[in-house]
Amino acid sequence: MPLDARKRLNVRVNGDPAETEARTLAELIASLGYSEGAVATAVNGDFVARGERGKRRLAPGDAVEIVAPRQGG
Amino acid sequence: MNAIEPLPAGTKPLTLYGVTVASRLLLGTARYPSPQVLSNAVKASRAAIVTVSVRREQARANAGTRFFELIKALGVRVMPNTAGCRTPREAITTAQMARELFGADWVKLEVIGNDDTLQPDLFGLVEAAAALVKDGFKVFPYTTEDLVAAERLMAAGCEVLMPWGAPIGTGRGLANPYALRSLRQYFPGVPLIIDAGVGAPSHAALAMEMGFDAVLLNTAVATAADPVRMARAFADAIAAGRTAYEAGLMEVRDMAAPSTPVADTPFFDLDRS
Repeated sequence: MPLDARKRLNVRVNGDPAETEARTLAELIASLGYSEGAVATAVNGDFVARGERGKRRLAPGDAVEIVAPRQGG
Repeated sequence: MNAIEPLPAGTKPLTLYGVTVASRLLLGTARYPSPQVLSNAVKASRAAIVTVSVRREQARANAGTRFFELIKALGVRVMPNTAGCRTPREAITTAQMARELFGADWVKLEVIGNDDTLQPDLFGLVEAAAALVKDGFKVFPYTTEDLVAAERLMAAGCEVLMPWGAPIGTGRGLANPYALRSLRQYFPGVPLIIDAGVGAPSHAALAMEMGFDAVLLNTAVATAADPVRMARAFADAIAAGRTAYEAGLMEVRDMAAPSTPVADTPFFDLDRS
């Protein structure tokens, strides 16, 4: 394991503060128990496509949005 | 597709971004008392398009998946919205997330400018529309009756416009019929969908009689005492209004004109000197 694997990052997930050992958006989604195909994501206001989540490295303070289909008018 | 009853004889189909749509009622999916009532109301409405949204999902909740399965079972086309977005950037990102989730490039674009009236921020709306059209979206902008904004939206690449009837959720009907009529006359060939503020089937029928192409509504059906029957009432009203528009409404007059023939009226000459 790389040395930084034990360091925890402080980020925000859906508006709430969260501590994570995840290094990428894909790892974060998996660690939280989301099914990857059932959600869409954005980091700091920018859309991150499903195929890009593994490449999107997390930095301290990142604001992550994880959304799913919902009723709408 | 939804089990569509045949359109009333002679009623022209609606074409949106090259897609022929079998119903002129677009229905929202929010605020129903239960998923079953939502499902039955969509069927009763005969709608071919329903609006949906994206919202923050709780870990392990899978609420989104369950909802989407329900919608998919209805066989209707989904149009995600960007409800609640206040800036072009929020709306663009929301639309992109929705496109990935629903696999749909149609978007009901909302950029809200005021919390009390939920009226669109027309400047932000035009900016977001231009960006989304460039990104390959088919944009359905929720706008006002403002004619200049309509021109800007079309210049940005919108092929359909969705002017409000009245503020969202008010049920006031067509608050500014004069301006809506002007908009209709000014853009005779552009699909115009009345979106928001429609509270009663009579409002929807009026919009159709005025020549609007379709009506999008949600609250009036979802919060009715019996949403399924109300959905049917709206479907009937919209079909009637459209048929009336195509049949050609009589001209409104100021003075009375007898409908029964005047010629050969009995006693016609007796009381006249």
